Amino acid sequence: MDLPALGNCVTSLSCIITQSTSGLIIGMLLFLVAAGVSLIFGVLKVVNFAHGSFYMLGAYLTLTVYGVTGSFLLAVIAAALGVGVFGLLFERLIISRVYGSQVLMQLLVCYGVILILDDLVKIIWGAEFRSLGMPDAFLKPPLLLGGGMVPVYYLFLIVLTLIIAVLLGLAITKTRLGKIVRAVAINPGMASALGLNTGLVYAGVFLLGGVLAGLAGALAAPVRSIVSGMGLSVVVESFIVTVIGGMGSVAGALVGSLLIGLVRSFGTIGFPLFTEGLMFLLMAVVLVLKPSGLFGREN
Amino acid sequence: MVRSSFLRDCLIALAAFAILAVLPFVYPSRGMSDFIIRLAAFGIFATSLNLLVGYAGLESFGHGLFFGLGAYTFALAMQKLGTSIPAAFALTILVSVVVAAVVGAICVRLKEIYFAFLTLAFQMLLHSLIIAWTPLTGGDQGLTGGVPRPPFLGVRLDQPYHLYLFCAGLLVLCLLLMRHIVQSPFGYTLRMIRDNPTRATFLGVQVWRMRLAAFVIAGAFGSIGGMVMSLFVSGAFPDFAYWTISGEAIFMIMLGGTTVFFGPLAGAIMLLMLNDAVTKLTEHYGLVLGCIILLFALGLRKGFVDYLAEWWRERGNPETLKTPGDGRAHTSDTAHQSARRVRRSPAC
Repeated sequence: MDLPALGNCVTSLSCIITQSTSGLIIGMLLFLVAAGVSLIFGVLKVVNFAHGSFYMLGAYLTLTVYGVTGSFLLAVIAAALGVGVFGLLFERLIISRVYGSQVLMQLLVCYGVILILDDLVKIIWGAEFRSLGMPDAFLKPPLLLGGGMVPVYYLFLIVLTLIIAVLLGLAITKTRLGKIVRAVAINPGMASALGLNTGLVYAGVFLLGGVLAGLAGALAAPVRSIVSGMGLSVVVESFIVTVIGGMGSVAGALVGSLLIGLVRSFGTIGFPLFTEGLMFLLMAVVLVLKPSGLFGREN
Repeated sequence: MVRSSFLRDCLIALAAFAILAVLPFVYPSRGMSDFIIRLAAFGIFATSLNLLVGYAGLESFGHGLFFGLGAYTFALAMQKLGTSIPAAFALTILVSVVVAAVVGAICVRLKEIYFAFLTLAFQMLLHSLIIAWTPLTGGDQGLTGGVPRPPFLGVRLDQPYHLYLFCAGLLVLCLLLMRHIVQSPFGYTLRMIRDNPTRATFLGVQVWRMRLAAFVIAGAFGSIGGMVMSLFVSGAFPDFAYWTISGEAIFMIMLGGTTVFFGPLAGAIMLLMLNDAVTKLTEHYGLVLGCIILLFALGLRKGFVDYLAEWWRERGNPETLKTPGDGRAHTSDTAHQSARRVRRSPAC
């Protein structure tokens, strides 16, 4: 524990700004993955434990497409679409076969898929750490905000993800499509009896989750090292976010992700050994005070 | 009745131990005795997980917490405290019981998926602590430098045959104890809670207290699995607390079967043999294992011992044998599955 260091940081504006932005990008990347996990969980009552592997796949796809075309924009689009299609196939071919089974059977299937993907990635891209490097468009001197340095890419990432979060929230709460998704989440039997194709909705939710996770992997590529197995901690954190925010709630996923991001970035200063522990503590507190999550519906 | 069946179990256990004890003389092979020691670690560990999954209906995804905790606590107690082996054993079980009580108190009241992930989260917490606390645990290099094996009560674990016999004895003893627990009134209370917690509550059973007791017992036995592993490799490594240990244990009990007591042990034997075969053939272990898991989960859907038990039950029931076609078991099984599916979708 290093409380004096944390105290020093909290009293200096530059340190607050630096740590907050790094917390925000952790949180924003986490949000993109967690929103998918939360939506899938909210609609299908299945935790897609392989969602972290979607994120990893997104990062590797970005690596390859950026390497071939040299365009970061193209790489991001390719990763989002590619992982989206992968999510769709994963739902149709694999996970849809264990919808009725016990939870452990579903987790076992995801475990199998994670093992396969982690190994495939090693075969295709090699086992060592890879990094993308900062795309040329963002190679600019960092902005100085209140004495803290903020790289341009961080700002871009935060703004872009915020826009996605708002669009996603509006799509779920305001559009007809969002209404269908919510109806299927609450009562699939009734929705199906009223002529809605629930199977299509399930597949669509996985497609959307895949696109978001692919996007997260792509946007993480310039600032994270890319390695086989990088998805696991992300998926566990996503589940923590889902618990904190309330399942199926986009706003909850955003708030939960940002909380986790800030806890991580400030926690590494104050409690370097216990950063992960702080997240679990946060989750335990929420579970005790409001078991349905901060933005969840009471049952 | 209970007493006589316990006596029978004791006799079976003695016979099994006798067979294991003479095995190295009949078939002297280093690979064989190493296999039995690993089987002791994973057999105890998988069976303890099945106390939760198969008997109490608690689908834990973080049981590896206790495997890692057992291995590290035992190795640290031997290395840093320099205690005797029985004392380190007792200390480790005590630590696991305390940790299981705390983790269990938070987790057992939660619904299934929350329970699964919260237990996993606690396991990840231990793993990250092990990685971060390098001065104590050796970080990601693992706890090296060897675990001392001082002799106690004439048992010299530095000799291979003594170590083998000790581990085989622990396997038999732990299985016997767990068998006794699941056949006790407590074990039947757990089954009732698994099948219908509401009815159990009406009958005056304090459901969460029973679940917590099951969690603590399973945690204590799980840590014994970790201790055996730590004795075997003479150290402790972060992999012992990594989530894949839980995944493997789940695959073991699913592969063997959750409805029969010896299912997890059979699953442990199968998965260990599979591991050895696959690592001998290819370096892409995860790829092959993952494919096998998918084939199993999407194709077989039930453990081998489950199938055997089903076949055994139907053997004495001539009516099912007369049914033409694939046999009634198959049709009733698919009907049951689709019933579950139908029941599941509108309910959620």
